[in-house]
Amino acid sequence: MSCQLASDSILYANGIYRVVYEIVGVVLPCWVAYAIAGLVFAFILVNAVLLGAAAITWGERRLLGRFQNRVGPNRWGPFGLFQPIADLVKLLTKEDLRPDGSDRVVFSLVPVLMVAPLILMTAVLPFAKNTALASLNVGVLYILAVSSITSVAIFMAGWSSNNRYAMFGAARAVAVLISYEIPVVLSLLGVVMVAASMSLGTIVEAQALPFFLVQPLAFFVFMAGMSAELNRSPFDVAEAESEIIAGYHTEYSGVRFALIQAAEFGGVGVVAAITATLFLGGWSGPWSEYLGWLWFLIKTGIIVFLFIWFRATYPRLRIDQIMAFSWKFLLPLAMVNLIAVTLEVFLLRGDDGVLTVTDLAIMGVVNLAVTVIAIAVFGNLIKERVSFRTRQPQNVVVPGVSTIEVI
Amino acid sequence: MPLVQDLVFWILSVVAIGAALGVVLVKDLFRSALLLAVVFISVAGFFVLLSAEFLAVVQVLIYVGAISVLFIFGIMLTRNVREGNLPNRLQIPAVLCASLLLVGMIAAAINTDWRPIPNAASQLVDSAQTQSVAGAPAGALGSGYEAPETGLAELLIGDFVLPFEAVSLLLLAALIGGLALARSRGS
Repeated sequence: MSCQLASDSILYANGIYRVVYEIVGVVLPCWVAYAIAGLVFAFILVNAVLLGAAAITWGERRLLGRFQNRVGPNRWGPFGLFQPIADLVKLLTKEDLRPDGSDRVVFSLVPVLMVAPLILMTAVLPFAKNTALASLNVGVLYILAVSSITSVAIFMAGWSSNNRYAMFGAARAVAVLISYEIPVVLSLLGVVMVAASMSLGTIVEAQALPFFLVQPLAFFVFMAGMSAELNRSPFDVAEAESEIIAGYHTEYSGVRFALIQAAEFGGVGVVAAITATLFLGGWSGPWSEYLGWLWFLIKTGIIVFLFIWFRATYPRLRIDQIMAFSWKFLLPLAMVNLIAVTLEVFLLRGDDGVLTVTDLAIMGVVNLAVTVIAIAVFGNLIKERVSFRTRQPQNVVVPGVSTIEVI
Repeated sequence: MPLVQDLVFWILSVVAIGAALGVVLVKDLFRSALLLAVVFISVAGFFVLLSAEFLAVVQVLIYVGAISVLFIFGIMLTRNVREGNLPNRLQIPAVLCASLLLVGMIAAAINTDWRPIPNAASQLVDSAQTQSVAGAPAGALGSGYEAPETGLAELLIGDFVLPFEAVSLLLLAALIGGLALARSRGS
């Protein structure tokens, strides 16, 4: 007996899934094969995220060491490669503490809820040609939706810990998440418009010219917004150790702390993979039929390196500066990008609604000019407002947006 | 696989109803808000079962990602959260309103003409939902179904432009009202 996937199934396009399904289906009933193939693929994804997180903790500590002119972890294994394993063993053997007066159920749910969205996000990522677990036609929206669950998890951590610092950290983190969601979504709209699809697979195929060249402004806004959403320096007020200990995960220890850290560093990896897919062309490159996964890994690595580089370069911003940066700088830039891209798509698109490589190149040149002008103009505008310090506290009201205290 | 779909449907139903009961019965307001998020997610699961992925994703994005978070923000700023909501004079009107709403929704559900869409047509519905930027092919669903001939976006700025604009005006007014309330008296 052998099983065949229906060609209109959402899983049909996935080569690995289909092969496992058909091989298992030879000996076992079809529904068992269906489940086993799914589990095999899910196993790969979970391990990819967790191993990626381990690799990034190592890479980040080594690179930060280089950036800060010191050595970094180099004792365990070649180049300190086994450092994540040592860290994990240390954390696993620690006592699992729960603070007095905490909400036990909610407190223990948090680490799971932090890791789960990351793994869910990888389900729609095309790692190579035809290798997404589900090639959803609303992939971009799906990623945004799943990633928004994280803010609920952060709130749960802050609330259930019964700790003022955790609460402050959670409030800061969610305020940052909500503010930066808007420019990030607006910058993705430009990508969706040029690709004329929300499916990640189609977006990769539409990148005859990688979108970071076509829309440098959207790439900039997306990268800045994502570093903020990941709570990374220079936007890491949510866990600013000099002010509020460690923010929302102050009370976590042992294996729960390990999971939260895995979510944090795994988040960097997953977001880098998404950025590589949306802006750097994902698996496309020379010999992409066979080497697609390699291109995907290289591009993801470049983005991870950029995130670490940002972290090593900029000092931490104040919370009001972070809010101002989002609402007064990134949001207008995202709007400018959206308007520019809309006009270009409207003017350049042929009668069949397809943008050729030449069209994309023209868009790239025009958008580069738009980017330079927009950053110069809005950078000048924001400079006066943020760094100007008055004696008396006064409210700066941004019409229709938010009230920001400038002290 | 109808069997699996049935199984998933019943699991989702139990979770949704249980969580919805929890929202009302649990005393801790914070936990109520979390259970509300669970209800929203299981409703998104129903949308997936009905092969309306777009709706499911938007449900999670807006209801879990935005509305639940705002609820929690609001709850965080209230005192005595763990003692729950104290009863007040509005209990009876609230019961009346809720029952009226329930009757209305049941009536609407009974009166609607439910027809399952065949597989091929449902894929076209998906493309009509997702390719709203470009506009779906006209008459994509074939005859026999009163299908939207255009994408969501074209409907929003075409036939339904007046309600759409009215809603956006309302939201703008709410935003300005919020700003006016939040503004400190001194300045």
